[in-house]
Amino acid sequence: MLTKTHDVIIIGAGSVGVPTALFCSKLGLKTLVLEALPSVAQGDNKHAIGGIRATHSQRAKIWTSLRSIEIFSSWKEKFGDEIDWEQGGYIFLASREREKKVLQNTVIEQKNYGLNIDYVNSDKIGSLVPGINKDYIIGGTYSPEDGHASPLLALNAFYRKAIEYGTEFKFREEVGKITNNKNDLISIQTSKGKYQAQYVVNATGARAREIGNMFDLDIPVFPESHEAGITEPVKSFFSTMVVDITPKEDKIFGDSKSYYFYQTKEGQIIFCITPDPPIHGIDKSETSKFLPQISKRLINLLPRLSNIKVRRTWRGLYPMTPDGNPIIGKTAIKGFINAVGLCGQGFMLGPGLGEIIAKLLYNENKLTSREKAILEDFSLNRDFTQEEKLK
Amino acid sequence: MNIILKHPILEVPERDKIGFCFENDELFAFRGMMISSALFLNGIQIFGHHPKDKSPQGIFCANGQCAQCMVIVDGIPKKACMTELREGMIIHRCNGLPELPSKDNLRTIGDPSVISVDVLVIGGGPAGLSASIVMAEKDIEILIIDDKDRLGGKLILQTHKFFGSQEDVFAGKRGFEIADILSEKVGFNDNISVWLNTSALAIFSDGLIGILKNNTEYVLVKANHILVATGAREKMLIFPGDTLPGVYGAGAFQTLVNRDLIKPANKIFIVGGGNVGLIAGYHALQAGIEVIGLIEALPNCGGYKVHEDKLRRLGVPIYTNHTILSANGKNHVESITITELDENWKPKKYKEKTYECDTILIAVGLNPVNEFYQKLKQFNLNGWIAGDAMEIAEASSAIYTGKIEGYKILRAMGLQIQKNIDEMIEKAEIMKKRPPQPNITENKLKEEGIYPFFHCNQKIPCNPCTTVCPQAQIVTKDDIITELPYFKYEKECIGCGQCVAVCPGLAITLIDFRKDQKNPIVTFPYEMATRTLEPGENIFVRGQEQILGEFSIINVKVLKKYPHTQLVSIKLPTSIAQNAVSITKHKDVHPKPLEIYSKSKLPDDAIVCRCERVTAGEIRRWIKKGVTDINELKALTRASLGACGGKTCGPLIEKLYLDEGFKEEEITKGTIRPLFMEVPLKFFADSDKKTSKK
Repeated sequence: MLTKTHDVIIIGAGSVGVPTALFCSKLGLKTLVLEALPSVAQGDNKHAIGGIRATHSQRAKIWTSLRSIEIFSSWKEKFGDEIDWEQGGYIFLASREREKKVLQNTVIEQKNYGLNIDYVNSDKIGSLVPGINKDYIIGGTYSPEDGHASPLLALNAFYRKAIEYGTEFKFREEVGKITNNKNDLISIQTSKGKYQAQYVVNATGARAREIGNMFDLDIPVFPESHEAGITEPVKSFFSTMVVDITPKEDKIFGDSKSYYFYQTKEGQIIFCITPDPPIHGIDKSETSKFLPQISKRLINLLPRLSNIKVRRTWRGLYPMTPDGNPIIGKTAIKGFINAVGLCGQGFMLGPGLGEIIAKLLYNENKLTSREKAILEDFSLNRDFTQEEKLK
Repeated sequence: MNIILKHPILEVPERDKIGFCFENDELFAFRGMMISSALFLNGIQIFGHHPKDKSPQGIFCANGQCAQCMVIVDGIPKKACMTELREGMIIHRCNGLPELPSKDNLRTIGDPSVISVDVLVIGGGPAGLSASIVMAEKDIEILIIDDKDRLGGKLILQTHKFFGSQEDVFAGKRGFEIADILSEKVGFNDNISVWLNTSALAIFSDGLIGILKNNTEYVLVKANHILVATGAREKMLIFPGDTLPGVYGAGAFQTLVNRDLIKPANKIFIVGGGNVGLIAGYHALQAGIEVIGLIEALPNCGGYKVHEDKLRRLGVPIYTNHTILSANGKNHVESITITELDENWKPKKYKEKTYECDTILIAVGLNPVNEFYQKLKQFNLNGWIAGDAMEIAEASSAIYTGKIEGYKILRAMGLQIQKNIDEMIEKAEIMKKRPPQPNITENKLKEEGIYPFFHCNQKIPCNPCTTVCPQAQIVTKDDIITELPYFKYEKECIGCGQCVAVCPGLAITLIDFRKDQKNPIVTFPYEMATRTLEPGENIFVRGQEQILGEFSIINVKVLKKYPHTQLVSIKLPTSIAQNAVSITKHKDVHPKPLEIYSKSKLPDDAIVCRCERVTAGEIRRWIKKGVTDINELKALTRASLGACGGKTCGPLIEKLYLDEGFKEEEITKGTIRPLFMEVPLKFFADSDKKTSKK
């Protein structure tokens, strides 16, 4: 009979799996990452836009993100890798009284959690995003401590650091079967080999449910597809993430929910829209709807973007949960840990969550009360009917 | 001004002079020109500087794919090769990242038009046009889109006569003449609509094709069948100095010279001895540009022997077993360093030679532009493919495979067709075959009468000479198109000269012993002068290798059907007539290498990704660290993330892997995403223009 090969096996080398591996191996846990794709961050991490914010409306997300921001913002100084972090802040726009009210209410909550955020007028927003159409907006929230980084560079930096700490990565290795044994170990049969560990972390993003099904464990994660694009680089003229939360359902603009964009450190404008109705499933093939839809909204809001050239577009999956919050932590199956359902926020929450999960596996007693509260909020056994306001 | 005023083959039209401003200088160019050509015309070849390392940027693809020709036009960043010059434009170099104009205009916003057709043909070159002509015989609606301002694809750049069969593919005619014939047929057909200056941008999974009509209007096309006839793009090489302005593809060069009639260079050096390189050399000479030399890494040129001979006979040195070491110069190419290769393809030491030149043409082969086809297949749409997009071959083969795909589409639509497609496919295979090595045999002159003498020594599919003889005396063995021609002598040659004029290889001379048994009159084809030569003028007669002497012209004749080929008769002693293959106005110029040997930098410094300026060294370092997924490499280095989307560096990166000992199956290729080319955001949101099919 096979004996234990690792302390922790993480399935998925993406936004959550990689930082989790980094922190596990940093604590000295013998860590293996299994990934079906050919290299690191080739699932939906590379489709991510790169926004990193603590301005959520749910406490566990706020706390986790604050820790993530610390990790992202200090990374270059600590380890030297360029991850294109910029503390440009976030703007959530209000274009009507309805959104204004929602935002003003959440600001009160967010301030209670210690966030640096205010509701500001359209002149202030105009000074942050020169050329923004002030006839369209009536104000918005501004949180200067949020920012953005390059998902491509950041994940590669985390990956190399994880290897340095001792994590073993195996690519092009598809998980076929998972079983929990009498000896309290979990074994994983892959396309190439068999491994056994005390803990298995499910960090498979859009495929979370499939993995759960191997244990008859129903994990309510349902992928839906969002569409994104990037332009040529131009001289930097703003660095704030702009989120327009006003849904559109009219003849001119068509149907879509929110969309957001910012200018990267390279100078490119990167943008993403939430289609309405949502596109469920895992099909990522491009459709003709996206470009006209987002272009109309972008140009109406920031006419200066009229002449910037669109370079490429793509679709990425948001692994959604019923309440918009992640599913993190232990399950009924001993040793099987979830790190799934990030609802499109895997990149920004990943490092913060990775650290907590590592602690949970290494020595649960060392978790702080705040970390315990986070795990409680994100538990698979929670009541999923409370929806997050700014998801 | 670097302008071509007279050309031996092309007619130089009256052009309307217009003024514009570049970096505060008032300059002139011609209406209808792209900005890139207007700048070249004025001797400006540096269009800006790269944001990453401030390296000079200029024309590279001349095709809207890369962004190296970016300039600022009236405050807006635009690609110079795709933007037509207008009177009074204010143009600046793009130094570093361009700035978006701060003037904020709200636009009228609306949805793109959606139109339906039976067949959408992407690309109006030889394959797309001939397919459309075939399909238009039936009553169906066809839409041809092409990104250029006229139909014909690369045919319009070809001033030389084509090989192939006259019946099937217009052999013996020049490329641009074939373009005219095909375009006319298309133009007169009511079933075909043509949209020029229109690029395909993306194939969507919902079955719609996103296109940019007239470079300004985004339109979605719904088609039952889509024919991809998008041609090819040029391969590149990696060497130090490979991104200096003055290094570009032979295709871009032909565009500047033969389409825009400008003289972008004075002295060029060509890398690559395939047909593209050989023909580009011939085109350069026609335009009065000196060809310093041509190198080929293999022991023999890969192109047709007749093309090679045409160059050699004009005195161009061809160095086989040679490779480029570097392009040298500060802001522009000033010289090239080449070296000989040993039997293991390694550069020989101490064999380096540096030649002065201002332009280096890279002609090391073509890759199919087939990404649309791959997308069509991925989304299970009715996609078809023809011409170079399917398989790289001669334009004549593209004309033929276009026809085949046209018939196949009709068949798939359930329409009756008369042709036997299998037979056609068989014939297409013959045309696509690589030619065998030339078989050089000494032909002895027959010292009596008059007859055509064939300097044709490679079995290529070509038969114009057999179809023009009024006496029907020129034939090939068993009538096979690839066999060499000979004269049957069953009837007498009447000395009409049609075979001399029609031969695409300029490989037929007429020998006439009737007047003088010792000194025959030899008639040569000549298409290098911008005026008709005069009797009494002196001209050099060439053998295969060298000049045989200077002689006086006794007669010059131009046949009505072949207005650009002069038939020049010269009286020669039999011994010289025996070896004479061509005539030339100039003595051979085999330039001497420069004294200075410009030591090339480490190959690691060579730029692989031109858009993001990523070096071979940077990429090799990651390859050596075990990165085998090109998508990971993209994330790490930004290679392929630039304007062209890896169209140029993609194949180069794969080659770097192979050089490092990886096998193809060990590498994961980079993902290809829409858009096919960069397009201003506003076009996707505009409601100003509304389109109809015509």
